[in-house]
Amino acid sequence: MSSKNDPRTVSLERRRLLQGLTALPLIALPGLSFGNQYPTSAVNTTGLAVTDTEVTVGQLHSATGTMAISETGSIQAEQLAIDQINASGGVLGRMIKVIKEDGASDWPTFAEKSRKLLVSDNVAAVFGCWTSASRKAVLPVFEKENGLLYYPTFYEGLEQSKNVIYTGQEATQQIIWGLDWAKSEKGAQKFFLVGSDYIWPRTSMKIARKHIESFQGGSVVGEEYYPLGNTNFNSLINKIKIAKPDCIFAAVVGGSNVAFYKQLKASGITGARQFLLTLSVTEDEMLGIGGENFDGFYSSMKYFQSLDNENNKAFVEAFKAKYGPKAVIGDVTQAAYLGPWLWKAAVEKAGSFDVDKVAAASPGIELSTAPEGYVKVHENHHLWSKARIGQGQPDGQFKLVAESPDLIQPDPFPKGYQ
Amino acid sequence: MTFDEIYAITLMQGFAGLSLFAVLLLMGLGLAIIFGQMGVINMAHGEFMTIGAYSVFLLSSLTDSIAPGLMQLYFPFAILCAFLFAFAAGWLAEWALIRHLYRRPLDTLLATWGLSLGMQQLFRSTFGPKEVSPTLPDWLMGSWEVTEGLDIPINGMFVLGLTIVVTGGVLLALYKSRWGLRVRATVANRSMANAIGINTSRTDRLTFAIGCGIAGVAGAAFTTIGSTGPTSGSLYIVDAFLVVTFGGAASLWGTVVSAFGIAQTQSISEFFLSGSMAKVLTLMLIVVILMMRPQGLFAAKVRR
Repeated sequence: MSSKNDPRTVSLERRRLLQGLTALPLIALPGLSFGNQYPTSAVNTTGLAVTDTEVTVGQLHSATGTMAISETGSIQAEQLAIDQINASGGVLGRMIKVIKEDGASDWPTFAEKSRKLLVSDNVAAVFGCWTSASRKAVLPVFEKENGLLYYPTFYEGLEQSKNVIYTGQEATQQIIWGLDWAKSEKGAQKFFLVGSDYIWPRTSMKIARKHIESFQGGSVVGEEYYPLGNTNFNSLINKIKIAKPDCIFAAVVGGSNVAFYKQLKASGITGARQFLLTLSVTEDEMLGIGGENFDGFYSSMKYFQSLDNENNKAFVEAFKAKYGPKAVIGDVTQAAYLGPWLWKAAVEKAGSFDVDKVAAASPGIELSTAPEGYVKVHENHHLWSKARIGQGQPDGQFKLVAESPDLIQPDPFPKGYQ
Repeated sequence: MTFDEIYAITLMQGFAGLSLFAVLLLMGLGLAIIFGQMGVINMAHGEFMTIGAYSVFLLSSLTDSIAPGLMQLYFPFAILCAFLFAFAAGWLAEWALIRHLYRRPLDTLLATWGLSLGMQQLFRSTFGPKEVSPTLPDWLMGSWEVTEGLDIPINGMFVLGLTIVVTGGVLLALYKSRWGLRVRATVANRSMANAIGINTSRTDRLTFAIGCGIAGVAGAAFTTIGSTGPTSGSLYIVDAFLVVTFGGAASLWGTVVSAFGIAQTQSISEFFLSGSMAKVLTLMLIVVILMMRPQGLFAAKVRR
C-alpha cells in the first residue's frame, strides 16, 4: 500500500506562481496573437479539422436510450468546459467547435459514430463514452485511426491505450483506500459484497475480496450478483441479515440501484443500524434513489458536489447557471468536465494538435483548477487523484467524511490482485 | 444461529416470496386482460405502468409545492390518478392504433412496440432522462418491527393489500358484471356476440383501457419499491409476459397461480443460490413446463 500512496504532491506554492505567470500573456494579448505564433501548417501536420480560427472536436455519448440517464451529465459538463475555454480565448488561439454524435446506448453505434468522427470529420479529440462496453467498442477504432478519446467514467481498470485518457478513477483508486478507511475508521472485519452482474462490479469485487482477505486479514461473508435491471432484493436482504456483516460493500447499478436502497430501508437496514459503502452512488443516482433512502450510507468517489474549495464553488455555480438551479453534479460529471481542460493543457504543452504529440505531452500535465482539487496525468494515461468518502444526506447531497491525504497513483494492472 | 433468528428469517423470507408474488401479479393482471381476453400482444404494457409511476411523481411534486401539509394523504389519490391517466392513454391508443389491427395479431406486436418506443421518448422529453423519485408519505416507508430482528417491509404489505383489492375487483367485474359478461362473450365467439347485440368494438375499447388502467395502478405501486425513469417499463415487460403466458393466456386464475409459482420458486432459489443462478433456474423450470404444456398451466375453455 505504502508504495501506492507515496506523496508526490509538488510544492503547490511554486506551481501556482508558475501558472500565474504563464497566464499573464493571455491577459495582455487577446486570442489573435496566437495566430502568428502557431500557424496552422505547423500545429496540424496530420490533416485534422483545424483552421486558422477553429478546431473541431467530437462528443460521443448516449443522448437517447437506457444510458441517457447517466450520460446527460457528462454531455453537459463537457459542453460547459468547452464554452469556458472558448470564452477565455480557445486553444492555441482557435475556437473549439463541437460535433455531437449520439451513441444511442448501442455499442455498435458507438463504433460507427467514432469512425465517422475520426475519418469523415477528422476531429482533433473526442470526449465521450460512459459504459465500459461502449469504450471497448470504440477502442479498436481509435487505435486504428489514431484518434484521441477522453473517457470520464470510473471503471474496472485492466486497460491502457496510447489513444485514451482516462479521467475517472480506475478500480484500485476507488476501492482500496475506501476499504482501508472502512477497516480503520469503522472497524469493519466482515464484508458482504453485492453487485450487478457484469464486468465492472465483478472485477471491482474481485479486487475488493483480494484486498480484504490478503491484505487486511478480514473476511468476506457473502458475495452476490444480480442481473441488470433486477428489482427484487428481498431474498438478498434476508441473506445479509443472516450473515450480519460489519460492512455491505455494494456496486449495484441502474434501475436496480433504486430498488436495492428502497428495499433495504423497507427491511429496516438503515444508515443508523448498518454500515454500507458503495462504489456506484453519486449525486445523479441519488435523484432516483431519494436521499431519505440512502441517508447515512457511504459512497467512495473522488468527487462530491459539496466539496468545499474555490474551484468547486466556481464550477457548481457555472453549472447551475447554465443548466438550472436543480441540476446536480456527480463524480463522472466532474471527470467529464476535466476532459476538455486536460486536452487544452496537453495541446498547449505540445504546441500542436497532432494526436501523437498531444498523447506524448499528456503525462505530467497538471490541472490545479480541477473542481476535485489538483490532478495530474500519469504515464499510463490515468489521473492521479484523491480518494474520498461521502456520507449520504436526506437532501440527496453527500457530506465529505474522509479524504486520502495524498494523491493516489493510478494502477490499472494491479499486481497481486489479478 | 438461535431458534428465534431462524424463525424470524423464515417468516421474512416467506413474506419476501409473498411480496414478489404481489408484484408479479399486479404486473401481469392488466396484461392478462388485454393479452388473455383480447389476444392483443401489448408490448407497450410496461410504458402504461410508467405512466402510472410518473403520475405519482407529478402528484407528489404538485402536493409538495401547493399543499405540503397534505403529503401524508396524497398517495391513495395518486393511485386513482394513475389509473385514470393510464386508462385515458389506453383508450386513446386503442382508438388510434389497436382497433385497426385486431385481425392482424402479429402486426399489433410491431405497432405496440413502436408505441412503446415513442412513449419512452415522450417521457424522456417531458421528465428528462434521469430517474426520479416521488416523495412518499412517511407511513409507507420503513419497516414494521414485530419483534427484535423481525422486520416486515411496510411497502411490501401495501403492495400486497393493493394487489388483493385490484385482483378481487377484476375477478368480480369479469364474472359478475355486465361488462364482464360482454367481454367473456366476445372472447368466446366474436361474431355470435355481435349477432346478439353486443357492441364488440366498444367492449374492446373499454377492456383495453381498463387493462391499461390497471397497469397504471401497478406502476404507481412500484414507485414504493423500484425506480421511475423513461425506460422503467422495459424492466417489467418481460416478467409480465412470463406470468401471463405461463399461467395460460386466457385464464385469470392461471395468472394468479402462475405469479404465485414463479414468485415462490424465484424467491426460495434466490435464498439458496446466487441471484443470477436463481433466475436461470426459474426460467428453465418455466421453459420445461411450457414445453410439456404449451397452453400454459390453465387452458381456457374456448371453442376454437
